[in-house]
Amino acid sequence: MSDIIKTENLQYAYPVEEGQLAVPVLKGVNLSIKRGEFVAVLGHNGSGKSTLAGCFNAIRLPTGGVCYVDMMDTRDEKNTYEVRKTVAMVFQNPDNQLVATVVEEDVAFALENMGVPPAEIRKRVDDALKAVGMYEYRKQAPHRLSGGQKQRVAIAGVIAMMPRCVVLDEPTAMLDPQGRREVMAVVRELNKTYGITVILITHHMDEAVQAQRVVVMHQGNVLMDGTPREIFTQVDTLRAASLTVPQTIEVLHDLDKQDGAALPIDALSVGECADILETYLQ
Amino acid sequence: MLKDITIGQFFPGDSAVHRLDPRVKIVLTVAFIVLLFLANGPVSYAIILAFLAIIIGISRISPKMVVRGLKPVLFIVMFTALLNLFYTPGDYIWQWGFLHISVEGIRTAIFMVIRLMLLIIATSMLTYTTSPIQLTDGLERLLSPLKKLHAPVHELSMMMSIALRFIPTLIEETEKIISAQKARGADFESGNLIQRAKAMIPILVPLFISAFRRADELATAMECRLYRGDVGRTRMRQLKIARVDFGALGIFVLVFAAVIALRQFGL
Repeated sequence: MSDIIKTENLQYAYPVEEGQLAVPVLKGVNLSIKRGEFVAVLGHNGSGKSTLAGCFNAIRLPTGGVCYVDMMDTRDEKNTYEVRKTVAMVFQNPDNQLVATVVEEDVAFALENMGVPPAEIRKRVDDALKAVGMYEYRKQAPHRLSGGQKQRVAIAGVIAMMPRCVVLDEPTAMLDPQGRREVMAVVRELNKTYGITVILITHHMDEAVQAQRVVVMHQGNVLMDGTPREIFTQVDTLRAASLTVPQTIEVLHDLDKQDGAALPIDALSVGECADILETYLQ
Repeated sequence: MLKDITIGQFFPGDSAVHRLDPRVKIVLTVAFIVLLFLANGPVSYAIILAFLAIIIGISRISPKMVVRGLKPVLFIVMFTALLNLFYTPGDYIWQWGFLHISVEGIRTAIFMVIRLMLLIIATSMLTYTTSPIQLTDGLERLLSPLKKLHAPVHELSMMMSIALRFIPTLIEETEKIISAQKARGADFESGNLIQRAKAMIPILVPLFISAFRRADELATAMECRLYRGDVGRTRMRQLKIARVDFGALGIFVLVFAAVIALRQFGL
C-alpha cells in the first residue's frame, strides 16, 4: 500500500458540555493520499478542513471511523509518537509555534526531542535553514522577523525532522502578499526537491492551483477531488460551496455565460487566460 | 513606554563574554554578589567597579543600555539608602526627633547604594550577554543533581525559556490593545489612581484571553514537534568548558582574593 494517509468513514465531533448534542464537523470522510503527492485541501470556514488536518497528526482522534498514517491507526496511543514523526505540521499563526528565543534553537527543537545526536542536529539544522533561505538569520530572535520569515523558520523546523509528510494548516493566512509568495515557494520546494508529501490546507485559490490534486471540503464531507483543472472548471459547484474560483477562470466563465462566447475555461495561469482572450478578441 | 524595559533582555554578540559557558557565568555572577557584600572599603569597591567596567568593555554592550537597566530599580535603591542613612546607630552628627544621621549611617548608605547598583548591573550583564536558552540550559545543568530528588528541573527551565520567548510578543500585543482601546475612546491618562487602575481592565482582559489562546496553540505545536518532557532528549548546543572559561575563572579568583585581603585592613 503506497498511501501515506488513508481515512475510512472518518468522523469527528467536538466535545461539548453535558446535555448538548455534539456537532459533527467531519461526517464520514474517505480519502487516501499517496506518497509524494502535493494535495491542496480547500473549503470555506467551518467546512472541517482544519479538523481533518488535526486528524492526520493525531492531535484529534476520530470519534468514528479510522485514520491510518503509514498504516498506523492514529487511535492507538502507542502509535502517536511515530505518527507525529511521520506527519509534521505547520500552523497558521507563526508566533504561536516558535518555542525558542533564537531561530536555530527553534529549528533544533524537534530534533532535540527526538534524541538525535548533537553533531547531526547541527548539520540538519543548518541544511534546513539554508533550504528555506533563512541561514543568515540563524542567530536572530524570532520576534524580530517578518511573518513570512517566521513561517519559513517553522517550515525549516519541519524539514529538519525529515518527515514523510507535511501538513500545512493555512500557513499563509496571516501573511502579506510578499510573505505568502516566500512561503509558497518553500512549500513547492518541499514537495519537489525533498519528495515530501505535502497537504496544504488553504482558502486561497491561487495557492490550490499550484498543487497536483485538489480536495474540496464542504460541510464535513469531501465534495470534489481531482486535478486543479478538473476542479476549477466546475465553477457552479464551487460557488454553491461558497468558494470563489481563480480570477482567470472567473473571467472566462462569466464571458461564456453572458456573451455565449463558448470559451474553454480551464485557464489556470494568467498566460493561458491571456492567450484564450486574445484568440477570442481576434 | 513598554519598550524601555530592558531587564532580562539579551543582546546578541560574539565577544568573549558572550562566549563564556553559561554555567561559569551563572556561578561567577553568584560569587560576584557574595563578593559585593564581603567588600567593605573604598579600595575594594574601586577594584570591583574596574572589574565590572572591563567586563562591560569586553562585551561591547553600550554603557547607556547598562545604565538604563538601573532605572526601574532606582526607587528601591534610594529607599534602602534612606533607611540605612537614618537608622544606623553610631556617632550621631545630626538628630531630629526619631531621625538621626550617624557617620556609620552615611558610610553604610553609600556602600548600600554602590552594592545594589553593582548587583543589578552584574546580573543584567548576565542576561544581556547570555541568550535565554543558554541561561536556562546552564541553570538546568547546574541544578541537574536535584533531578535525582525528583525536582522538576527540566520543566522549570522550559517554562522559564518560554516565558522569556513570549515577553516581546506580549509587549507588542499590549501596545496594540492599548492603541485599539484608545481608538475607541478609552482614557488611560486622567483620573485618580483608582480610576486609572480601572482603566487597565480593558487592556488586561483581552491580553489574558489572548495569552491563554497562545499557550494552548503553543502546547499543540510543541506536541506536534514531539515534545515529551525530559524523556530521551538531547541538546544541539553542548556545553564545554573552554580556555576562555578558565581565564575568566582565574581573573575572578584574583579579584576575589584581593578583596578578601583588603577586607583585613578595612579598605
